[in-house]
Amino acid sequence: MLAFVEGVGLAGPGLRGWQASRAIFAGKQAYSRAPTAVAASELLPAAERRRAGVPVKLALAAGQEALATAGGDAATTATVFASSSGDCDNLHYILEALDTAERQISPTRFHNSVHNAAAGYWSIATQCRAPSTSLCCHDASFAAGLLEAVSQVAVAGTPVALIAYDHPYPEPLNTVRPIHGDFGMALALAPQATERAVAALDVSFMPREMEASRTADPGLERLRTGVPAARCLPLLAALARGSRETVILEYVAGTHLRVAVTPCS
Amino acid sequence: MQPLAISRYSIVNCLGAGSRAIADAMRDKRSGLAPCDFETVALDTFIGRVPGLEEARVRPDLGAYDCRNNRLAQIGIELDGFAGAVAQARDRYGAARIGVFLGTSTSGILETELAYRRRDPKTGALPPDYRYTQTHNTFSLADFVRRYLGLQGPAFVVSSACSSTAKVFGNAARMIAAGVCDAAVVGGVDTLCLTTLYGFYSLELTSRGPCRPFDAERDGLSIGEGAGFALLERVEARPEAGAMLLLGIGESCDAYHMSTPHPEGLGALSAMRRALETANLAPADIDYVNLHGTATRTNDAAEDRSVWEMFGSGTPCSSTKGATGHLLGAAGITEIIISILAIEHGLMPGSAHTRRIDPAMKCNYQIEPRNARVKRVLSNSFGFGGSNCSIVLGAAG
Repeated sequence: MLAFVEGVGLAGPGLRGWQASRAIFAGKQAYSRAPTAVAASELLPAAERRRAGVPVKLALAAGQEALATAGGDAATTATVFASSSGDCDNLHYILEALDTAERQISPTRFHNSVHNAAAGYWSIATQCRAPSTSLCCHDASFAAGLLEAVSQVAVAGTPVALIAYDHPYPEPLNTVRPIHGDFGMALALAPQATERAVAALDVSFMPREMEASRTADPGLERLRTGVPAARCLPLLAALARGSRETVILEYVAGTHLRVAVTPCS
Repeated sequence: MQPLAISRYSIVNCLGAGSRAIADAMRDKRSGLAPCDFETVALDTFIGRVPGLEEARVRPDLGAYDCRNNRLAQIGIELDGFAGAVAQARDRYGAARIGVFLGTSTSGILETELAYRRRDPKTGALPPDYRYTQTHNTFSLADFVRRYLGLQGPAFVVSSACSSTAKVFGNAARMIAAGVCDAAVVGGVDTLCLTTLYGFYSLELTSRGPCRPFDAERDGLSIGEGAGFALLERVEARPEAGAMLLLGIGESCDAYHMSTPHPEGLGALSAMRRALETANLAPADIDYVNLHGTATRTNDAAEDRSVWEMFGSGTPCSSTKGATGHLLGAAGITEIIISILAIEHGLMPGSAHTRRIDPAMKCNYQIEPRNARVKRVLSNSFGFGGSNCSIVLGAAG
């Protein structure tokens, strides 16, 4: 299945946007880890901006950067959101409240607890009524999102924005499900090669064991293995290098995705 | 879109286990709702509970996945010959050519709610027997079902609140159209937990009695639990008359509010329009609309407006949530299967517990079940975050 990358968005530890991070991925600049800097989207109405948790901020920042680079119209672009666990702070708050005698949950906390909260805030921010889906595939959530997004581009023949993000749980869940950092990324994908196309991605489902691609930099490799959404890093590195490469992403239980990346000149 | 064959399906909820039990309940206009007696929940509300889940266990080789949600998944898989039909499909296509695309909203979160009560008083640590990945994580359901059925194709969970298990039909249709797989197991499960019961209560959306969709005095929803599965395959060149088909699907967003539907039902309207377009059908081709009909003031008013705009006041419609309760993430598959049963049995479901239709409603709302020829149905599922999905189903020939 073929899709063309027109824009990339990124917000991660020491990765302040795609444009600012390309040199790091291309190996021209050293990677140094720093807390993820992300603000609530200016596009959200004031009430929603106040209610938006970190995962929503990550998703919106990455999505907006990708679509801005692509020159895409957010109000009409279909979206695929992928995350291992949604808003982990918010969930912890609810679980704590349920362990009290009163069991009083804030209504805002409750509606923010749905896995598609980021998709809901995105649609409000961009006024987009186009189809949107929200997926989970544990550690392989990015791979699942990529497979779904590319299948939409290939079958529906319309642009799709893929937005993947993850955010750590507070304790005690952090111990049983550690996620090492806040990370959000987005790809603006199109069905045809336009003048904005950066690269073509040919994605195949491989139902067998393969060796997953890694990142050369040890710091980035720790990020890749430490945050499910950051499993995309070898693909971002290939896009930054602008070379023809094949990236292997681990998918569910011994299966993989093969992504053939061909730069568009 | 190319229609897909729904070659097998299974269903379980508070009305009973298996499609025969559900069809009988629809004919008799029976409700499975009862005063809330779940766990330690002290709320003045009704629920649709599946009996026996506390004692059930998942298959021993998958024991790590044991939780209320996966127990109900296993019960669903074993009903209506579903597991056997999947085994035959596996022989026909190969395990790697069958996808698993399932929906749930809360997965096995009940396990975490209970584990939080057992946190170590000194360290705050969760108990050592707690298993996050196999129970709580949203993917747990598809992981469990994929292993249970011995499938090796692509898999993921869609979690878009109450539209989840309708939207998975779209994922499967795209994956099959793109050639990634030849068949897919779709559907999903949601089970009772404290998060949704206390959460909907905090929003003042739970009814004190059994919910009464489209009633003038409706005062909110009743939460239920259930599972449903469907096996989707490509349609044979000449499908048998009566073969059940997925004809169309429409997905949209409200872009309005996280927990309140667009008052004019614009997102719902857009989903229904897309569903009919992909099915290449006109509104007049639809014989019955299975509404989302949660019995909250705002949902029913907005949905009535959008359905009236799409279909006018002629097409019969009803919500079956007075019978099943709102199965949240499992509402989509449950009502899709109820719609299939309506076609197969020639019976339009009524609306248990609805006494007097809100005079403000303009749709042709059916309180009583009715024998009628039903060839094509549109089923609506809407969720938090403004996520909408409409599905068109029909019989071949």
